[in-house]
Amino acid sequence: MKLNGAQIFVESLKKEGVKVIFGLPGGVVLKIFDVLYDYKDPEVILTRHEQGAMHMAEGYAKATGKAGVVLVTSGPGMTNTVTGLADASMDSVPLVVFTGQVSTSLIGNDAFQEADNVGISRPCTKYNYLVKDVNDLAQTIKEAFYIATTGRPGPVLVDIPKDVSMNQTEFNYPEKVYIRGYNPTYEGHKWQIKQAAEAILKAKRPILYVGGGTVFSNAFEELREFAEMTQIPVDMTLMALGSFPGTHPLSLGMLGMHGSYTSNMAIHHSDLIIAVGSRFDDRVTGKVSEFAPHAKIIHIDIDPTSIQKIMNVDIPIVGDVKCVLKELNQHLRASLDGRRKEELKPWWNQLEEWKKKNPLTYKQNKDQKIKPPYLIDRLYELTHDQNPIVSTDVGQHQMWAAQFFKLDHPRTWLTSGGLGTMGFGFPAALGAQRAFPGRLVLSIVGDGSFQMNLQEMATAMDYHLPVKVAIVNNGYHGMVRQWQDLFYNSRYSSSFLGQHPDYVKLADAYGAVGLRATKPEEVDGVIKEALKIDKPVLIDFQVDPYENCYPMIPAGGANNEMIMEDPPELRKKEKDKAGMKKAGNGEKEGVLTA
Amino acid sequence: MEHIISVMVENKFGVLSRVAGLFSGRGFNIDSLSVGPTIDPTVSMMTLVTRGDDRIVEQIIKQLNKLIDVIKVIDLSEGAFVARETVLIKISAKGEDRAEALRITDIFRARVVDSTPATYTIEVTGDTNKIEAIINLLKPLGIKDLVRTGRIAIAREEIKTAVQDKPQDKKRFGT
Repeated sequence: MKLNGAQIFVESLKKEGVKVIFGLPGGVVLKIFDVLYDYKDPEVILTRHEQGAMHMAEGYAKATGKAGVVLVTSGPGMTNTVTGLADASMDSVPLVVFTGQVSTSLIGNDAFQEADNVGISRPCTKYNYLVKDVNDLAQTIKEAFYIATTGRPGPVLVDIPKDVSMNQTEFNYPEKVYIRGYNPTYEGHKWQIKQAAEAILKAKRPILYVGGGTVFSNAFEELREFAEMTQIPVDMTLMALGSFPGTHPLSLGMLGMHGSYTSNMAIHHSDLIIAVGSRFDDRVTGKVSEFAPHAKIIHIDIDPTSIQKIMNVDIPIVGDVKCVLKELNQHLRASLDGRRKEELKPWWNQLEEWKKKNPLTYKQNKDQKIKPPYLIDRLYELTHDQNPIVSTDVGQHQMWAAQFFKLDHPRTWLTSGGLGTMGFGFPAALGAQRAFPGRLVLSIVGDGSFQMNLQEMATAMDYHLPVKVAIVNNGYHGMVRQWQDLFYNSRYSSSFLGQHPDYVKLADAYGAVGLRATKPEEVDGVIKEALKIDKPVLIDFQVDPYENCYPMIPAGGANNEMIMEDPPELRKKEKDKAGMKKAGNGEKEGVLTA
Repeated sequence: MEHIISVMVENKFGVLSRVAGLFSGRGFNIDSLSVGPTIDPTVSMMTLVTRGDDRIVEQIIKQLNKLIDVIKVIDLSEGAFVARETVLIKISAKGEDRAEALRITDIFRARVVDSTPATYTIEVTGDTNKIEAIINLLKPLGIKDLVRTGRIAIAREEIKTAVQDKPQDKKRFGT
């Protein structure tokens, strides 16, 4: 039987097992939306902005491991997806994004709502397609899902001209796909793995440096077995949080610019780094020439371009983290004995010393404003037994969440790492909530970030996505203000967010629930109340506007050169500022509670 | 160091922009790039001339391999290869210059492919040194226009020694 392009599109998605499409209609994709009108499955989640659809699909994909699917129109519909595409490229999120295109006869004529979708998206997708003939549509969709979800995952864009969605052809969905230029390596090189095992057995100060690749390859059990067997401490990147239990005695927490003191000291002084699905990002290495000066490096990654890009690697292993760790564990199981724990004792003694010297901590007095780390800690304490999914935006609150919200389970952490996209957190939480309707989904956001995609409040209400949004409201672009404090003489150029909405009223306007806490003693009560409400809840936590996030490695510094607290002269300025009119605490409160 | 890289790609629209975009997006050097079909109509061959230290060239090769439309990448500079370039040079040639132009053309085994009373168009094929040399010699006559193809290159077959040792001979002399 012949089907038109729009029907082929929907039937192909069904074959791929797609349950949800995040999107927004427009002229050239009306045929597709018209066909979707007759289907309950896949369901269309109508977002209020295409960027919202992208981050929802990312949240869905990160939480489930399946490809997130987006459908938008041509021109501005597509250009609004660009930030999401770049974000998904950097963080290896499997997405298949369908964009409408003007009819093939009009392409290149500057038609209404025309954009060069393939040209614009080329550098921020893993691959992209322009489907010029309806006969190629099914094959293209099959390939798109295959490319997005295999190897190092990433976003794939499929551009469908209007006439292609209308034209008819026989529908045959291909069973298999073969692309001769695309053959990801899964199994690691045996000899290299043997070399790695030998190096691991000899190391005196080894460290695991675990990245997001561990999450994508579902290697949690293998990683845990490896770490427990070898007693090697675990440093996690921002992307890896949850891939190894944060409360595990072997975990040193997050490393890098705002990582824990111990994790950074550990990697700096190590003699062997086992990099697992991580890519030596500049936020991790700091000054490359002084990064881990005594260490040999084993690097396991499915993407050959990640290896030897930043650091010289002694034992490169190209392959899937899960496959390689499995094989490595086999080697080690055979050759490890009880002595190993003894051998690593001096190293662990050193690590414990560092932990004691500078633990991750904060101070909160009753008469102070709410300290953001205290807030995160309370959120953690009051919710962790429910195994929540936690999303964040980008900035100070993100780093505090990474430090204090200890995640014990994989795929519970949704954050924008590589691109650092403000506005990511709230829609990502909605996507995850749609995937897991019964679960607690927390979205920890900054007041600056949240305002970048708050229009999706309407989507949350429409589809009953009862995400709990904790706004860490300090009235600033906090991380920008922190850098201005430390490196720009506290000149707060464009970091103070003067005019604020009343978030309680804002929630009310959307039909959601708004709550507010302004004092430390109110925090627990508000959180508990929010957890009881089966609706989206927006909580305005008015926190200390001058709190800075530490430890911090200044950009370009080495990992052992951490700043642990505000410099003394900054404290003084801050005190002076408290008395100032502009940007002062009192004024901000006045605006908010008036 | 200069590297000549041979890239076998799918013969599809958009492939050239993927390769060119990779170089511009990641800040790699590109001295020349030439593309053409092969005997297999689904495959095109690109020859890229690029420069960089070992780490950069390693990245270039890995990044090229990562492109889904790239089927095979060979760094020809790792072995013996033949590289050629063709250039078309239009020179002003009047009076005595015409004879001089022809002499130079002859010396370089180049060919005159077009001629008007005031110009010659000369076609030269060769390696970079030869092409630079003839351009330098023709410059004084007045080059009006010049077009180069960029280099194309192919690996040499492994050369077998003219007199081959038979395995049993080796054994005999070895003992």
